[in-house]
Amino acid sequence: MMTDLLITIVKILVVFGVYLTMVAYLSLVERRVSAFIQDRRGPNRVGPFGLLQPLADGLKFMFKEDLIPHYVNRPVYLLAPLVALVPAFITMAVIPFGNTLPLFGRDIPLVIANVNIGFLYIFALTSMGVYGVVLAGWSSNSKYSLIGGLRASAQMISYELSLGLAAVGVLIVAGSLRLPDIVAAQSGLRWNFWMQPLGFIIFLIAVFAETNRLPFDLPEAEPELVGGYHTEYSSMKFAMFFMAEYANMLTASAVVVSLYLGGWQVPYLEQAGLPPLLLSLAQVLAFVLKVGVMLFFFVWVRWTLPRFRYDQLMRLGWKITLPLAILNIFYSGYLVVAKWV
Amino acid sequence: MFVILAVILVGASLMVVAQRNPVYSALFLILAFLGLAGQFVLLQAQIIAVLQVLVYAGAIMVLFLFVVMLLNVRDRQAPEAKLRWQKLFGLILTIILFGLVAVTVAGEVRLGPQGEFTPQRLAELGNAQVFGKLLFTDFLFLFEATSVLLLVAMIGAMVLARRRPLGASSPPPAASSRAD
Repeated sequence: MMTDLLITIVKILVVFGVYLTMVAYLSLVERRVSAFIQDRRGPNRVGPFGLLQPLADGLKFMFKEDLIPHYVNRPVYLLAPLVALVPAFITMAVIPFGNTLPLFGRDIPLVIANVNIGFLYIFALTSMGVYGVVLAGWSSNSKYSLIGGLRASAQMISYELSLGLAAVGVLIVAGSLRLPDIVAAQSGLRWNFWMQPLGFIIFLIAVFAETNRLPFDLPEAEPELVGGYHTEYSSMKFAMFFMAEYANMLTASAVVVSLYLGGWQVPYLEQAGLPPLLLSLAQVLAFVLKVGVMLFFFVWVRWTLPRFRYDQLMRLGWKITLPLAILNIFYSGYLVVAKWV
Repeated sequence: MFVILAVILVGASLMVVAQRNPVYSALFLILAFLGLAGQFVLLQAQIIAVLQVLVYAGAIMVLFLFVVMLLNVRDRQAPEAKLRWQKLFGLILTIILFGLVAVTVAGEVRLGPQGEFTPQRLAELGNAQVFGKLLFTDFLFLFEATSVLLLVAMIGAMVLARRRPLGASSPPPAASSRAD
């Protein structure tokens, strides 16, 4: 009992540490990749290849003056950055980042919480994430922020439906709400990415909308809304929104990898005859690599596509992705009935 | 744990009514829903807890908040004089209501786990699986009735939201869809 608790605490610390480091470095990756795409150099002065840039950014944020405008609604204004950040962090608890790690004579499952309803847990927390943006927009008491917040709530509610319905296909095929089971159902080459291409594309679109990334970043559209919902925030509080965006991206990538890209699975690696410890570590590495590819994709899309107009965004959500997601449910049912999976 | 959650739940619920600012009320309502979800987890009903957060706290309250923010009602002074009688009646009715609830609950209450689904069996069968099976067997009629009710409400909302009455649909539908 004590050891189990200890193992869980170690797992939480390791995952949290890696997660935060990745969030910090994601900002650097975004700037470097955007520079690469635009044929510039990007930040490369702080440390080798600019590797210490996130550290410098963090210090800079901390030493900036923390300005709280007098017209804001203070309690809610202070609460909003936290509400934005926390759901993204705790979603990671149900993501399996590996199979089991044989260490000191016991098999440690590489997921923090293997709960029966893991999948729904993710969606419950995703639906809470919108409050950070909405509350920030409202409490700032400024036009730009309010419009950003309202857009965010409309957008996130609309795309949550497509997100959930697209993923129902995965659930039908896997027959479980547990994420480790869903990953296990994608053994060999049966990744949901191949099995349900339509569901994958819809899910991806919805994920971009949920994380407020371009081409769906209307809540913070700079040319029209100054900074959107975080216009009135400065210093560490602004940094928290910034971190929340990257944390959401990271969590979303991990979810996409688990649901569609086979999670920690590497096709036919089990048959390669590796020692169990090495196999397990290779699988964790595979998971991290897949998440990295997804993150690169996120950044790539941001610097490639222009922003949608607001009515286009809503039309895409309700009139195109939603019906297609429902169609995908029927298709998944057919897959199961026809015994293709 | 139960006591902590209960205090949060009751406190937040009281704040919902006590707050003058409707946005605060909505926020405390969300807190109350989260507390309720916590209670469901303590009762081993994880799926109900998650649905509580997903549907009520996550979806419905966002819409509530959306509307409240759009209207942006200032906390206006309630006319005190008009409300005096209502307050008295409210107090009396509240006492009656709580009295009735207390009497009913006191007669029915049985402590300890009830029914055939003990925590061990739930863990064996899977929370979601048990829930789904019951929903589509024992409670099928209620489930279908609820969905029909929701469908009716949805169609009703669409009819009400139409700009022109149903009979007068003279302009081509393409033009009206571009307007929204």
